[in-house]
Amino acid sequence: MGFEGAKESFSGRIKEVVIGATDEHGGSRSRRLTVGGSNGLPFHSFESEMPHKPLIAMDIVDTLRMVSDTQLKSMGDVVKDPVEWAKRCEKEWGADICVLKLQSANPEEENRSVEECESLFKEVLKAVSLPLFVYGCGFEEKDAKLMEAISNAGKGERLFIGLAEEKAYKSLTAAAMANGHGLVAFSNLDINLAKQINILLMDFGMKPENILMDPLMAPLGMGLEYSYSVIERLRIGALMGDPVLQMPMICDCSCAWTVPEVLEEDDGKGTQVERGVNWEVITAEAALMAGAALVITRHPESVKHIRATIDDLYGGV
Amino acid sequence: MPTAMEIYKLLPKKNCGECKFPTCLAFAMQLANQKVALEACPYVSPEAKAALEESGAPPIRLMTFGTGDMAVKVGDETQLFRHDKTFYNPTVIGLIADDSSGSQGIKDGVALVKSLSFERVGQNIRVNSIAIRHSTGDPKEFLEGVKHASSEGLPMVLMTEDPGLMGETSVAWPKRPLLYRATPANFDAMIEVAKRSSCPLVIGGAATLDELSQLSERAKKAGVTDLVLEPVQGTCAQLLESMTVVRRAAVKKHFRPLGYPTISVLGSSDLDKGRATIGVAKYSSIVLMDELSRGFVFPLMVLRQNIFTDPQVPIQVKPGLYKVGEPNEKSPVMFTTNFSLTYFTVRADIEKSKMPAWLLVIDTEGQSVMTAFAAGKLTPESVTEAIEKEKVKDVSKRNEIVIPGMVSRMSGKLNELSGMKVIVGSRESSGIPKMIKSFSG
Repeated sequence: MGFEGAKESFSGRIKEVVIGATDEHGGSRSRRLTVGGSNGLPFHSFESEMPHKPLIAMDIVDTLRMVSDTQLKSMGDVVKDPVEWAKRCEKEWGADICVLKLQSANPEEENRSVEECESLFKEVLKAVSLPLFVYGCGFEEKDAKLMEAISNAGKGERLFIGLAEEKAYKSLTAAAMANGHGLVAFSNLDINLAKQINILLMDFGMKPENILMDPLMAPLGMGLEYSYSVIERLRIGALMGDPVLQMPMICDCSCAWTVPEVLEEDDGKGTQVERGVNWEVITAEAALMAGAALVITRHPESVKHIRATIDDLYGGV
Repeated sequence: MPTAMEIYKLLPKKNCGECKFPTCLAFAMQLANQKVALEACPYVSPEAKAALEESGAPPIRLMTFGTGDMAVKVGDETQLFRHDKTFYNPTVIGLIADDSSGSQGIKDGVALVKSLSFERVGQNIRVNSIAIRHSTGDPKEFLEGVKHASSEGLPMVLMTEDPGLMGETSVAWPKRPLLYRATPANFDAMIEVAKRSSCPLVIGGAATLDELSQLSERAKKAGVTDLVLEPVQGTCAQLLESMTVVRRAAVKKHFRPLGYPTISVLGSSDLDKGRATIGVAKYSSIVLMDELSRGFVFPLMVLRQNIFTDPQVPIQVKPGLYKVGEPNEKSPVMFTTNFSLTYFTVRADIEKSKMPAWLLVIDTEGQSVMTAFAAGKLTPESVTEAIEKEKVKDVSKRNEIVIPGMVSRMSGKLNELSGMKVIVGSRESSGIPKMIKSFSG
């Protein structure tokens, strides 16, 4: 009798979440993307359905404070101008989504006003046609006002707003719900916390198909193994049928560029750029193998590598 | 492992007590829990012994290649997910040196492999192996290269499908190289070589896993059991599928013909890098590549270190007094625990402030601040001991120490024991930059 591998199937399925809106759906984006929908382990297409390929988003930060010298050198002056940066992501670097991180709103740093941030957002919205995510600066009071303004300015575009956290989610959720946007629900490396924030959001009235989970992707060498296992367990929990864990996961891998081992000069470990790109790529590929539906990256070279691997994993399209 | 009842059926059922247990059933229960060895029973039949050894063997056979300190172990895994227990034997990463690059090319490859060895969070991580591939048709360079590699002590993979050349080589340099490979085309002759040289052998070239498992059965019947499997893996998708199906069959079904370590032989393209990453995460025991650029293989080795970390034993950094930036005697002193994640986070946050500081790392056996505090491992006593041991009062003249905000409860006692002024720091590491800037005056 011949050997045949046992096929494994699950009763649960990751929810499908739609990102961005074209004019047909009340927005101005060039595409409307869907993530999730799988009823199996990541890329296990030999035994399960995976209707949508994972997507690659690129982040755009509105302050050089969050851009390392290595990146500045290797990505060029374009990172000094968020609008140009976003255009480049769409036209040359092959991003699926742009994530605008409004870090300069930080009241302890640049403390840029809500109006200034809003007008930057409007410019980016006009300059690119990709679906957009917009993240605040992480200070609850400021983000409450900021995200309300962004939500209104992006009405109809089906943005995703972030990051909603257990201690600060109400104003962001209200802002997202007011104009039909989605929300990124952040939790700190813990399955129960990931579940908790989803429950809070849904109790508040957010529909599950408007939520993406960010379980915190720790970069390679800085606790990646914790994230990897949390994501695998979240994915398995979702497939076993827990509806509160069935939101697709988003992993921000741009954190790879903050790792001291990437920033140090050490020719024995390759150039900073090559090492940094591979650091980001491996972080993202680990996230995808574990269960991410969407990864955020910083460097254009990373996008190329990750895209090729996703295509080859998905079945070589 | 078989259950106590399954073992009991194979025992002599004499209840003689010579094994120091009153009944055979009691002995069987101890065996099932791996508390005693079968040898304690003087009456067990050879057939029962063989049957028990077979069923008690690990689901994936443990295999070593190379000799001495550098020898590597592969296989012996029991899990599909690291969070269920742990992965034991990290993927062996190796460089393929082709004899078409001449004996000098092979020497360069060996030198490169030897240089790819690093200390990282208290562990040595390195490229473990050199594979010498014969592709020229003229064995001279190959034999020359093998001779050189062998003298350097690295575990070797010998890559030729010519059984004659393989036989000659493995006998001439018997340092337990891994032989690559037996295929349906050269099977019996290559099995003979493996048997004669007692070297482990890769079997591959089978179109399906069914065919591969038949080949491994044939090898076993011929007496060769130190095997490594090379299933079909042309694309990332095939690699993931093959490795997953093989691991599942071995671990979940105890399907012996696929219960061996696995190998992925890759090229040098960008996609091959993706495949190597997948291989490390998803069940390749050995990954060989045509090219290893430093900027890729270092992060790949870090991934391997991360994935193969025992989830129950956190990675630790060495306790001691660390410099962040170039601190002097006016710089502030902070302390934290030696859980690597805590240390790296705190260190990165201090660096963000761009202010130099001293960071005293307390030995908490790898626990984080709150866990160590609750477990009594981060105490005023342990901190004071570290302050004295590291002569903190000599390096910083501020006579102040910053305590993590989460454990401010122990400030009073720490002040009393150490004699240093205790400043309560931020509760979260992310608050450090702001806090540390307030010291600048």
